[in-house]
Amino acid sequence: MAEFWDIYALPTIIIVGQILLIVVPLLVAVAYLTLYERKVMAVMQLRKGPNVVGPFGLLQPLADGAKLFFKETVVPTGANKILFLLAPMVTFILSLIAWAVIPFDEGMVLADINVGGLYLFAISSLGVYGIIIAGWASNSRYPFLGALRSAAQMVSYEVSIGFVIVTVLLCAGTLNLSGVVLSQKGDLGMLNWWFVPLFPMFIIFFISILAETNRHPFDLPEAEAELVAGYQTEYSSMAFALFFLGEYANMILMSGICTILFLGGWLPPADIAPFTWIPGVVWFGIKVAILLFVFIWVRATLPRYRYDQLMRLGWKVFLPFSLLWVVLTAGFLVFFDMVPA
Amino acid sequence: MIVSTLAFYLFAAITVASAFMVISAKNPVHSVLYLILAFFNSAALFVLLGAEFLAMILVVVYVGAVAVLFLFVVMMLDINFAELRQGFLQYLPIGGLIGIILLIELILVVSGWALSPEAIQVAAQTTPTVSDKTNTEQLGQIIYTQYAYLFQAAGMILLVAMIGAIVLTHRQRPGVKKQVIADQVYRKPEEAMAVRKVEPGQGV
Repeated sequence: MAEFWDIYALPTIIIVGQILLIVVPLLVAVAYLTLYERKVMAVMQLRKGPNVVGPFGLLQPLADGAKLFFKETVVPTGANKILFLLAPMVTFILSLIAWAVIPFDEGMVLADINVGGLYLFAISSLGVYGIIIAGWASNSRYPFLGALRSAAQMVSYEVSIGFVIVTVLLCAGTLNLSGVVLSQKGDLGMLNWWFVPLFPMFIIFFISILAETNRHPFDLPEAEAELVAGYQTEYSSMAFALFFLGEYANMILMSGICTILFLGGWLPPADIAPFTWIPGVVWFGIKVAILLFVFIWVRATLPRYRYDQLMRLGWKVFLPFSLLWVVLTAGFLVFFDMVPA
Repeated sequence: MIVSTLAFYLFAAITVASAFMVISAKNPVHSVLYLILAFFNSAALFVLLGAEFLAMILVVVYVGAVAVLFLFVVMMLDINFAELRQGFLQYLPIGGLIGIILLIELILVVSGWALSPEAIQVAAQTTPTVSDKTNTEQLGQIIYTQYAYLFQAAGMILLVAMIGAIVLTHRQRPGVKKQVIADQVYRKPEEAMAVRKVEPGQGV
């Protein structure tokens, strides 16, 4: 019995505790990301934003959550009930399980697996299922159109995301995400991070994650002017809330991946005194928050793309360019004998 | 150890059950979803074997790309599967006969199976422990170093197949208006607009 306790029970309890330590702050972060978005947009548009519930509107996300929680879940008569309710769960769960391999600081990671980069790529490529199942199961025109658009869009931009990840992994020489961050450590501090030598890929990656998370200016799956609310049209109450949470958690996740690949993860911008006092987790958080600010900035600034322009950008601009860059990077590394061991 | 054995039986059972549901589900969309479930559980079986790279690739390629396109197409097709199934009993004897012939052939092949001495040697070698090399690295060694030319040849064949498929299905429709971005960029203000002096009450 003691053996059973040591081998199975205790590690299980520890892992569950670690999972809670990741998921609970994440959900709080998602809630406050919605407030962050509304406040930043408000400032950009010379408004005040939410300021009624709590001081500076700080309790607004909780009020929104409570409101959604007490609403009735409506399932349309023609809908496929099981799949209809499964779709938001799929979106939500997929946005949470990817966090298992994200290193917040040196050694501060739930599962330090060797194929972390591939795992993230696999999980992000599954994100399309929640949307496509939702669109089909709703048995309604607008959601279905939104789902089809979204499926085509996400598959297209995944290709260039894959190539960008390959370039970074070529330079880092490992698929392990902690290894990728440590490969950016050096005397030059900030200038050692991969966004300097691979700057074009950083830009491509950022635009691709905008498309991958269905954010502006690529939010065609839920273009409200044409499709009501796209695949979310028939959803209400907690089912809608799960979609919402999943989408925002995905935004944070994608910013996190971008931070790890290009912005040096938990590393401080320079290895000197005032910067090194701040713990790595905080640096990670600051970088993610900056990227999220750009997400919102883009939303407040740019008009929506037309669908053919979106496809053209993905297949005719990003794909050839990133493919060429992979070949160039690999050639450069081999020619100058800089391939990491 | 017992947990991993239990996990194996769980994943294997779900794989087989969902594979069966793929061919027996009434709704084609459900079939594709069961197929995805089967892929997932196969990936889990790879993880149990310690082949994490293969597991991830299985999820990325089959679940993330192939099955998405599959689902995409199946959702848009309007097939009445009840109609397709009507001839089932009629064709059962022929189908069964073909199945039995294939089974007999398989049994004949497998019973006459013998390993060449080289293959036995390879099989007898001890597998390197996991801590020595990651399996990503080992697969890389085999595919990109040892069998680099064969790998390139396979890639070329796939490229040709892809171009062939595009050529066969691509058709040019006349009279479709397309955006030519270069034309728009090169357009000058003089070609596009004219400044007129409009007298009051006369119009252009």
